[in-house]
Amino acid sequence: MDDIVQLENVAEAQARMLPPIAILAELTHRCPLQCPYCSNPLELERANAELPTADWIRAMNEAVDIGVLQIHFSGGEPTARKDLEELVRHAAGIGLYTNLITSGVLLDEDKLQRLFDAGLDHVQLSIQDADAANADRIGNIKDGHRRKLSVARAIRKVGLPLTMNAVVHRQNLHNLAGLIDLAVELEAARLEVAHVQYYGWALKNRASLMPTLEQLQDATATVEAARERLKGVLTIDYVVPDYYARRPKKCMDGWGRRFFNISPAGKVLPCHAAESITGLQFESIRDYSLAWIWENSPALNLYRGTDWMPPLCKTCDQREIDLGGCRCQAFALTGNAAETDPACQKSPVHDIIFDIAVTDSATGAPDYIYRRLGGA
Amino acid sequence: MAERYIVGEESRPCLPRHVKLRHDKTRDAWILLAPERVLVPDETAIEIVRSCDGVKTIAVIVDDLAERYAADREVIGTDVKAMLQDLADKGFLINGAD
Repeated sequence: MDDIVQLENVAEAQARMLPPIAILAELTHRCPLQCPYCSNPLELERANAELPTADWIRAMNEAVDIGVLQIHFSGGEPTARKDLEELVRHAAGIGLYTNLITSGVLLDEDKLQRLFDAGLDHVQLSIQDADAANADRIGNIKDGHRRKLSVARAIRKVGLPLTMNAVVHRQNLHNLAGLIDLAVELEAARLEVAHVQYYGWALKNRASLMPTLEQLQDATATVEAARERLKGVLTIDYVVPDYYARRPKKCMDGWGRRFFNISPAGKVLPCHAAESITGLQFESIRDYSLAWIWENSPALNLYRGTDWMPPLCKTCDQREIDLGGCRCQAFALTGNAAETDPACQKSPVHDIIFDIAVTDSATGAPDYIYRRLGGA
Repeated sequence: MAERYIVGEESRPCLPRHVKLRHDKTRDAWILLAPERVLVPDETAIEIVRSCDGVKTIAVIVDDLAERYAADREVIGTDVKAMLQDLADKGFLINGAD
């Protein structure tokens, strides 16, 4: 039976503008960890540039009015904000489904209980590796892994559902089976195994992080076997790496289509990496209403739908399926965000990125360039 | 380690705290909000999910549906259990007694 489908898959009238489903609220870029694949931009916002509480509350109210159903509180490390509990309480009060995306290291049982009481629905906790020493080396943090395990147990103890997020790459894929076992042991209901996406910090660290083709194939087999074995116990979401893909991913379910991101300073972005495309101007909720931005932002409208596509994509029978893939990746690899995503095998540079992956994955293990203010 | 929740005739399922059935006024539709997912159940699915109150057994729920729709109980029972098992396997349904 297909009585229950995902909202993204519901066919709607050919409306140019759809109501957004979810916001990624990047409350801050401050973070105690320095992961070399961080999805934040290279130019990190300082604390004094962050939106005040009242602006976040107004943004949430306006978001509900234009149809947003879920809010993901993220960062940086969102628990570094003193007003997180207040923001969660407000979001829950106006009917938003609330998710906390956290490294966990600033949390404890008492804080989690208060977030639960404020109406928090779900926690996504990052784990850098199953091996504590390597995990702490990846995050460049002392005693981080042990604290994360203790926080994971506290999350379950207060009654919150847990998703464990594991970003995987050449330097931790050998422990993938251990990461899956850890998710089961910590009673996560869901595990995200996400291969690094190479924008911003991760692009700088590509030679350190790129998996070999053999590692990728092993990882895919490990995930498939675990899904079978753990049916009904652990759901595993799997994000494959673009450089070895044949078809591009339907990035963000389409540019400015279902999701948006609000940066710590208040800019409304189609995804967390969009500021890596230089030359685009994104409006701030300090200057405009969210409804106005969603409908009228020139940057959001630029790659909406299929009109912007180059001829190669426009005439392709897959154009509605992948909506042209990822604009940030096209920009990172070709210098032109309106190009065909090189992850697509029809792209003239597709073979080049496969060669980059093979070369990068064979470069030993250069030191990470850690994510920090001025670190780029 | 958590165990798979198997939905059978004597199960008394309900939605956990983190799965919410709501009417959304923007889309004029009933939706199920879950971690990183928004699901849209059709009318029958909404009715079934709403009857999962943690008290009524699947047997009672299916009897009731079969009577109201004058339909074959076995067919309805199979469909209801398949749909709810799928929700349970995603972690979106728990046993009411737990």
